[in-house]
Amino acid sequence: MIALENVSVRLSGASVVDGVSLTVPDRGWTTLIGANGAGKTSLLRAVAGLVAHTGSIALDGRESSRLRAPERGRMVAVVPQSPLLPADMTVTEYVLLGRTPHLGYLGRAGRRDMQAVDDAIGRLALRPLAARRLDELSGGERQRAVLARAIAQEAPILLLDEPTTALDVGRQQEVLELVAELRAERGFVVLAAMHDLTLAGQYAESLVLLDAGRVAAEGPASEVLTEELIARHYRARVRVERIGKTPVVLPAPREVAAR
Amino acid sequence: MSGGVTSRWWLGGAAALVVAVLAGLGVGPAGIAPGAIAGELLSRLPVVHAGRPLGRLDATVLWELRAPRVALGALVGAMLACAGGAYQAVFRNPLADPYLLGVAAGAGLGATAAIAYAGGGELLPLAAFAGATAAVTAAYLLGRSVGGRATATLILAGVAVAAFATAAQSFVLQQNADSVQSVYAWLLGRLSTSGWSDVLLVMPYVAVSLAVIVAHRRALDVLRVGDEEAASLGVPVARVRFAVVAAATLGTAAAVAVSGLIGFVGIVIPHAVRLLAGTSYRVVLPLAGLLGAAFLVLADVVARTALSPAELPIGVVTAFVGAPFFVVVLRTTRMAGP
Repeated sequence: MIALENVSVRLSGASVVDGVSLTVPDRGWTTLIGANGAGKTSLLRAVAGLVAHTGSIALDGRESSRLRAPERGRMVAVVPQSPLLPADMTVTEYVLLGRTPHLGYLGRAGRRDMQAVDDAIGRLALRPLAARRLDELSGGERQRAVLARAIAQEAPILLLDEPTTALDVGRQQEVLELVAELRAERGFVVLAAMHDLTLAGQYAESLVLLDAGRVAAEGPASEVLTEELIARHYRARVRVERIGKTPVVLPAPREVAAR
Repeated sequence: MSGGVTSRWWLGGAAALVVAVLAGLGVGPAGIAPGAIAGELLSRLPVVHAGRPLGRLDATVLWELRAPRVALGALVGAMLACAGGAYQAVFRNPLADPYLLGVAAGAGLGATAAIAYAGGGELLPLAAFAGATAAVTAAYLLGRSVGGRATATLILAGVAVAAFATAAQSFVLQQNADSVQSVYAWLLGRLSTSGWSDVLLVMPYVAVSLAVIVAHRRALDVLRVGDEEAASLGVPVARVRFAVVAAATLGTAAAVAVSGLIGFVGIVIPHAVRLLAGTSYRVVLPLAGLLGAAFLVLADVVARTALSPAELPIGVVTAFVGAPFFVVVLRTTRMAGP
C-alpha cells in the first residue's frame, strides 16, 4: 500500500507538488494524469525517494524517508520515463541490475539472484534476446527489458513513468497488459503516470488528475475523464465517448467542438 | 557473457603478466642466460631445493636492479590502468584518464619545485605526491562549492586547477631554466632505479587503492544506468563516487610520485580490455589491472633495450608501442565483432 499525506516537493524554490494526499491500496492500480508540468513525475520521484519532499509517504506502513536506500530499493521498483540504456550492455546484464538492492554494498549475485533474473526474462518473453546488446533492441523490446529489470527487483510497489510513450498502439497494449497480468500474479501495487487518457482509464482502477501540483480530481475513469474536467485542466478541446463503460477521449478540432 | 569466456580472459591476463615478468627479469645489458635465471628462481623456492643459485654479481643484478623495476612497473601499470577504468566509470566518460582531476599538473608542479629548489633527490616523490593530492583536493572542494554533485562541475574544476598548476609550474621552470632537463625527463616518466625503496613506498597505496576500486566494480556497473536510476536501485551514488575517485586519485598520485607522468596506459588499456572481453566493470577493472601491469613491464623492457645502453623514457615507449597495438585491437574487434 502507498499512502501519501500532504506531500509537497519544491525544485529550485518552485513548488511542483503541493499538498497531495492519496492512497493506493494493496493490489491497487492508480494512474496520475495531468498536463505537462502538472507534477506527475515529481510525485513519482518523491515516492521513489529520489527527490526531497515534505509531508508523509508511507510504503506498506513504513515511512519512506526513514528507509535506507537498499531497503527502499527492495520495496519500490521504478520504470523511468526515459531510461538510460548503456548501448553495449546485454539484456541479461541489464536485468541483473534489478537485483542490486538485494546484494548489499559490495555483494555479488548468487543463485537466487540468477533465478530471479531468469524468471523475469522468461516472463517478459525476452529469452531469445537475452544475449543481445541493448542498442540492438526495438523500442518495444527495450521497454520489456526495462520492465524485466523492475520485475527482477521483486519489489511489491511498481512505479511507471510514461511506460507507453514512443510505443506503437500494439506495443502500448502489450506493455500495459503485461503490467496488469503481473499485478494479478504477484500482487503488485502500481502507481503510474500517463499522458494517453483513454489507455490510462482502461487499465487503472483509479485516476488522479493533477494540476499545478495539486489534486484536481480523483476517482474511477468514468468520473475523472469528463469533457469539462479535461477542458479545464488540460486547456484542451476533447469529446468523451463511451465504449461499454470505459470512456474514450477524442481530441476535437474547433468545428467538431462546436457541434 | 558466459563464465567460460571470462575465465579464459583471466588466464590470458595472468599468462601475459607472467611472460612480462620473466621478460623483465631476463632481458638487460648484463646478459644473464635465461637458464641461469630459471635456476636461480627455482633455488629460491622454499621446500623444493631444486635449481642452482646465480653467482653473487649476477644475483645482485637480478634482485637489486631488475626485480625492483619489474615490481615497480607492474604496480604502476596496474594502478594507472585500473584507475583509468575507474575514472571512466565514475564520470561515464570514455576519454577520462587517471590524470583528469589535476593529478598530473599537481604532481608536475610539486616535482618541478622539488627539482628547482631542492635539487630533486629524496624529496621528489614526496613533493610530487603532495602536489597531486593537493590539486585534486582543491578541484574537489572547488567543484563542491560551485555546483554540488554534478560530475561535469568536478571535471571543470579539475581543468581550472590543472591550468593554474601548469601555469605555476611554467613560472617556476622559467625562473630556474637550468633544471629544465631533469624536469623534462621526469615528465616523460621513468621507472626509478633506486631499488626496493620506491616499490615499498608505493605498494601500500596501490594495494589499498586497487582493493577499493575492484570492490566497487559491481556498483560501477549499476552507475552506467545513470545516477537517478542507480539511486532507485539502492546504490548510494555519492558515496560510491567519492570512494572510487578518492582511491583512484591516491593510488595514481603514489604511482606518479615514483614514476613520473606515464601517459597512455590509463586510457588505452581499459579500452583494449573492453574491446576484448566485454564492457562489464566486473571484468574490465581487474583485467585492466592485470594487463596494465604486463604492458608497463614489457614497455620498460623495450625502454631499457631499444637504444641500449641508453634508456628511452618509458612514457615515449608506452605511446609508441601502445598506439599501434591499440589500432590493431580496434581493427580486429570491429571487423570480427557485432
